[in-house]
Amino acid sequence: MFHSSFDAVVPMLCVALAALAVMGAEAFRSRGETMPVGGLGIVGLIGAAVSSALLWNRNAISFGVIVADNFALFVTITLVIVGILTIMFSSPVVKRDGLPKGDFYALILFSIVGMMMMASANDLLVIFIGLEIMSIAVYVLTGIRRDDPRATEAAFKYFLLGAFSSAFFLYGIAFTYGLAGTTRLDRIGAFLAAQSMSDNRLILVALGLLLVGFAFKISAVPFHMWTPDAYEGAPAIVTGFMSTGVKAAAFAAFARVFLSAFEPFSGEWAPIVWWIAVATMILGTVVGVAQSNLKRMLAYSSIAHGGYLLVGLVAANQVGKAAILFYLLAYAVTNLAAFGVIALLGTKNAANDELRDYAGLWHSRPALAGLMTVCLLSLGGLPPTVGFIGKWYIFSAAVGAGYYGLAIIGVLTSVISVFFYLRVVVMMYMSDQPATVVFPPVSTVGMAALVASIVVILALGILPTPVLNLAAESIATIF
Amino acid sequence: MPETLIFYLLSGLAILTSALVIGQRNPMYSVMLLIASFGALAGLYVTLDAPFVAVAQIIIYAGAIMVLFLFVVMLLNAPHEDGAEWDRAHPLRQPGVGRFGALLALLLVVQLAWALLRTGSVDVPVTGAVDAETISSVRLVGRTLFTDYVFAFEATSILILVAMVGAVVLAHREGDRG
Repeated sequence: MFHSSFDAVVPMLCVALAALAVMGAEAFRSRGETMPVGGLGIVGLIGAAVSSALLWNRNAISFGVIVADNFALFVTITLVIVGILTIMFSSPVVKRDGLPKGDFYALILFSIVGMMMMASANDLLVIFIGLEIMSIAVYVLTGIRRDDPRATEAAFKYFLLGAFSSAFFLYGIAFTYGLAGTTRLDRIGAFLAAQSMSDNRLILVALGLLLVGFAFKISAVPFHMWTPDAYEGAPAIVTGFMSTGVKAAAFAAFARVFLSAFEPFSGEWAPIVWWIAVATMILGTVVGVAQSNLKRMLAYSSIAHGGYLLVGLVAANQVGKAAILFYLLAYAVTNLAAFGVIALLGTKNAANDELRDYAGLWHSRPALAGLMTVCLLSLGGLPPTVGFIGKWYIFSAAVGAGYYGLAIIGVLTSVISVFFYLRVVVMMYMSDQPATVVFPPVSTVGMAALVASIVVILALGILPTPVLNLAAESIATIF
Repeated sequence: MPETLIFYLLSGLAILTSALVIGQRNPMYSVMLLIASFGALAGLYVTLDAPFVAVAQIIIYAGAIMVLFLFVVMLLNAPHEDGAEWDRAHPLRQPGVGRFGALLALLLVVQLAWALLRTGSVDVPVTGAVDAETISSVRLVGRTLFTDYVFAFEATSILILVAMVGAVVLAHREGDRG
């Protein structure tokens, strides 16, 4: 096969070209003509998946800053799955809400390019640019329904706080550059390995600023304030996209920066991340119980899931690192499917995302109620779903690394969270009151995406070994 | 000799335009004069063998930041010509604001004087072993940008494209396209 120094950028190039094609197709179409722009996007994403599979085990490096190691490729494939499901769920939503079709898909695809860049960058500057590409696209997607004041408010809050956190992150990069004289992660790691904390207290400043930047993007407590508002205000499918894609990319970059460049100082950052993980798990669960809006409830659930991922980062043994990757994939598919159900049940003028709207869903939409139940059980971590395997793997990593406290808090918060997931299930099945809301007919494409994700959730829940091995293999080669 | 002449010319221009900035009634003129002042400063940087700083000064200050200033001025719709009203309502007419400004100006003078006195006592020449060519050469900056940072440079183009698309999506009028 033909090898070149561009190999490592091929996956993101596929998606970027698809985004440009979408924009071009939409710009030059004549009035009234419809373009298969969603299909174009899926073609680009499949190209990214195929090229990632071809690059597996090759450790290609392009321009010295983009590395296609197995870790990056695993996250890239996760992002491809997120992208394809998002596009499939969006196709009825875009038509129904009258969203600008070309712009919507182009922004989704560009955002995925930024995410892939973050996952495979070996340079703080490139991580920052990827982060900004992703964030700016997601800010706009949050507020893409301009007739909805809630969406506009959510986009504005998200944008202001996001810009603020970007400044923190950039400041952290500047400090790191000032200390190490480079932005490459491997060189920073080599520089830091030769230092001790007493040599230079500024390392702690750089570390702290970078930590704040990442903690904001993965909505870890206490940097989670924007999450409920942004998740509630954005269109349901965009919420699904940003709670999975953004989190996966930010976590991949977080893990890479802290487990490679700042590994020599893990004694300093691990206790801080320990506390953040505990606070995130507890707050996400406890506040989530009190929510009456399904999107808001899932926002807090997504905060709690970020906490479980942080447990894997603190544990940082081989099991923990592989568990992060597996959990990211499991969580991405499950959460996206749950938001997909919400998106498919909404109408242009009524979001239908209050908890009481789902009362008696079993009687009016039995298939959707059944699929939603599987998603919620997986989010709660009950067998035989993928959520159970992911949580079990994360907590066993924590126990293996000697973090018994984290594992106990994790299990306790999971048990509490099962309560609020089951509350929705009980509402869907056991409510006798007649349904007050009128649900729209469900599109075939959306249903296909939903069934596909449920198949993945159950298949990985029953036979997780091949993917677990892939995750372990992809982490073993680098850190 | 011509360098000295250029120095005095540019310094005079910078001082003159800066003084005019605070003497304008119309904030739009102030902004324009500030751009002229920044331009004169950029010229001074060129005479100091710092072409990169000069270009950055023009791109960042005279370009990006002043565009932002202009937008704010236009959005606030400030350039109204009612002189008497403007004089009465002007923030600088408030005694507290005036005193605060005077204090800041005094601090700046003290700081500058202190810096100048210190420079007199430091006898290590500013240009040490490295000559001006290596510190701030456009060629070196360009070479670094297009070798070590070439991916970041190219990726920035996607970032700008996304920002443009986003701005158009959020700002366009309803019913522009069918």
